[in-house]
Amino acid sequence: MKIQTILAAGAMTVAAVAAQNAQAGAVLDGIKAKGFVQCGVNTGLPGFSAANAEGQWEGIDVDVCRATAAALLGDANSVQYTPLTAAQRFTALQSGEIDILSRNTTATTTRDAKLGLTFVGINYYDGQGFLIPKALGVSSATELDGATVCVEPGTTTELNLADYFRAKGMSFEPVVIENINEATAAFFSGRCDVYTTDASGLASIRTQMAENPDDYAILPEIISKEPLGPVVAQGDEQWSDVVRWAFTAMIEAEEYGVTMENVDDMKANSTNPGIQRLLGVTPGMGEALGLDEAWAYNIIKQVGNYGESYEKNVTAKLGLERGLNALWTDGGLQYAWPVR
Amino acid sequence: MSKPQNVPGNVRSKGLVDYLNDENVRAVLYQIVAIGLIILAGWYLVSNTLYNLEQQNISTGYGFLDLEASFEISETMIDYSAKSDYATALLVGLLNTVKVSFLGIVLCTIIGIIFGIARLSSNWIVRKLATVYVETFRNIPVLLQLFFWYALIPGAFPHPRDALEPLPGVLLTSRGMYLPVPMADTAFTMMGIAAVIACVVIYFVKKWAKKRQDATGQPFPMFLAGLGIFVGLVLLAYLAGGAPTDMSMPELKGFNIRGGYNISPEFMAVLIGLTVYTSTYVAEVVRSGIQAVPNGQWEAADSLGIRRTVALRKVILPQSMRVAIPPLTNQYLNLTKNSSLAVAVGYPDLVSVSNTTMNQTGQAIEAISIFMSIYLGLSLLTSLFMNWFNKKMALVER
Repeated sequence: MKIQTILAAGAMTVAAVAAQNAQAGAVLDGIKAKGFVQCGVNTGLPGFSAANAEGQWEGIDVDVCRATAAALLGDANSVQYTPLTAAQRFTALQSGEIDILSRNTTATTTRDAKLGLTFVGINYYDGQGFLIPKALGVSSATELDGATVCVEPGTTTELNLADYFRAKGMSFEPVVIENINEATAAFFSGRCDVYTTDASGLASIRTQMAENPDDYAILPEIISKEPLGPVVAQGDEQWSDVVRWAFTAMIEAEEYGVTMENVDDMKANSTNPGIQRLLGVTPGMGEALGLDEAWAYNIIKQVGNYGESYEKNVTAKLGLERGLNALWTDGGLQYAWPVR
Repeated sequence: MSKPQNVPGNVRSKGLVDYLNDENVRAVLYQIVAIGLIILAGWYLVSNTLYNLEQQNISTGYGFLDLEASFEISETMIDYSAKSDYATALLVGLLNTVKVSFLGIVLCTIIGIIFGIARLSSNWIVRKLATVYVETFRNIPVLLQLFFWYALIPGAFPHPRDALEPLPGVLLTSRGMYLPVPMADTAFTMMGIAAVIACVVIYFVKKWAKKRQDATGQPFPMFLAGLGIFVGLVLLAYLAGGAPTDMSMPELKGFNIRGGYNISPEFMAVLIGLTVYTSTYVAEVVRSGIQAVPNGQWEAADSLGIRRTVALRKVILPQSMRVAIPPLTNQYLNLTKNSSLAVAVGYPDLVSVSNTTMNQTGQAIEAISIFMSIYLGLSLLTSLFMNWFNKKMALVER
C-alpha cells in the first residue's frame, strides 16, 4: 500500500511538471507576477553596463532593460541585474535565471539557431579591434605575428582572432581569462602584448581601466562585424515582441526628435500622427503589444531616446562618436521599424 | 534444518498473501522497488530535460564533438589548432588537467613528507619553521593562493625584451620561464624505450636481491645498482642514437621568446598553488602517521644499533604508511578536483576548455556531463590505484 502511494505521488509529480513545461507566455507572466525584469549584464564594462559610484547600474545595455521595464511595468527602475561573464551568459538565459540578456552580445547564426535564443535588435554596431601598449611600436595588426593575445573565452572575439591569424598565416599565443577584470589586469601587467575585443570595449578598457590611457593605442584594423544587441530565450514570442518594440521605440523617438525633455510637450501639442501614435495619443499600439498605451511615453520620459542614451553613456564616458550607430538619416545604420 | 518457505513445492501451495508475508521475498521486493524508483527518477529527469530543451529549440546530443572548434589553446601536449574538432580540444584540456594534477601529486608528496618529518624534528628552528609553513598555507583558501601566485609571477619578472638570464639559456620573463631543450631526434625515442627496459630490469634485480637477503642476510646496494642500470642503459641508447647535441635555445624574436620550452605563468601559478596548499595537508598526514608508530619501534631499532636515519626510512616510515595512505588518497583526490580552479587564472585545463566549448556550442548540459564524468573517472582511477597500494602496504600476517 505504501508503495502504491509512492508510485501514485511520483506519477502525479511527473504529470504536474510536464504540464508546467507546456505553458506559453511564461516569461511575460512571470515578470508581471514578480514585478521586475531580471536583466543579465556585463560584470563591468563602462559605457555598456557597469555599476557607478552609487552602485546604480548604468550604460547603453542597461538602458535597454530599463526601457523594457518602463514599457511593461511603467517604471524603469523595476529591474534587477545579474552580472555575467561571457561564458555564463547563455546558460543563464536558457535556464530562465534571467529574462533578458543585454550584455554586448554579438548576434550570430549558431547562437540564433542552435542555442534557442532570439536576438531582438541591434543596439550597437561594432567590430573587433586590438589594444596595444604604445611602447610596443606596432602600427598595424598585420605586424602582430607571434604576439601573445589576451582574450575572453566563449566569445565571438576568440573565434575571430583565430580566424584572422589563420587567414594571414600568422601565429599567436592566446591567454584566455574568463573574468574581464582579471583579464585586463593580466594585460596591464604585461602578460600579453595585445588585448582584443570589440572596439567599443577596447575604448572602455583604455579610458576607464588603464592607469595612463595615453600609453595605449587601438590599432586601425577592425577585423570583424559585431552586431551587439539584447537577447531573449525562444518560447515566449509576446515577451520578445515587448523587448523588440521597447528598444525600437527609443530609436523611433530619436527619429521624431522626441526627447526626455520635450516628451510631455510633444504628447500635449504634437500634431504629427506618427508621434501621436508613438506616445499613445492615438491609441492602438499599446493594445497590440498587450501594454499600457503610455508604454513608449514611459520609456522616453524615464530612459530617453536612443541618441540620449548613447550620448550619456558612450560619448560621455568613452569619447566614441556615433559612427555606424548614427541614425540612417545621418549616414549610420540605426533604422527603426515603424511603430504603426 | 531447512526453512519450510524455501522448499519450492511448499511455496506453490501457499496463497499470494502468505507469499508477500515471507521475509525473504519482501526483502527482494523492496530492493526491486527501490531500484525501480531510482531508475524512474533518472528517466524522468533525463526525459524532462530533453523535452524542455526541445521546447526551447536548444540543440541536444553529442554531435558537436565532431565540429571544428575554431578557437586556439595556448598550452597543448598534442597536435591542436583552431582547425581541430571539439573532441580534440577537450582531450587537450584533459591532458593539461592530468599534467598539472600528476606533477602536483608528486611534488606535494615530496614536500609534504619533508615538512611532516621536519615538524617532529628535535631542532627547534626547523620544527617551528615547518609549523609556520603548514599553518599559513593550510589556512588560506586555495583559490586566493592561485590568484596570489598568478599576480606575483607576471608582475615580478620583466618583459621578454629585458628577460633575466640566471643560467645560460634559462630565461625568466613575465611570460613565464623558458628552458633550452634538445631538438627532436630519434635518439630520444630510443632513450625512452631504454628507460622502460631499465625499469623492468631493476624490478627483477630487486626481486633477486630481496630473495638473496632473505636467504643469506647479505644486503645488496639496490639504490646504487638501480641508478647504475638506469643511467647506463639510457646513456647507451643516447650514444647508440648518435649522441645528438642540437639544442633549441630560447631567444627573443619579434614580440616573444621563441624556441626552448616555455613554462607559462598560468601553469606555474596553478602548480605552485595546488602543491603548496596540498603539501601542508600531506605534512600533517605524514606527521600523524609517524606519531602513530609506537615508540617501542624506535627503541627496538636503537637497541639493534640501527642509525636514526636508517631506522626512520626502514622501520618507522613503512609502518606509518599504513596509517597514512587512506588520508593521503583523500588529499590526492582533493588536489585533482581543486585543479579545476585553474580556470580562474586562465590555465587551459579541462574546465576552461569545456567552458569555452559550452559557450561556443551552447550545449551546457552535454559539456558539463562530459567533464563531470571525466573528473569522476580520474578520481576513481586515483582511488583504485591508492587502494591497490594500500593493500600492498598492509600488514602481512605471517
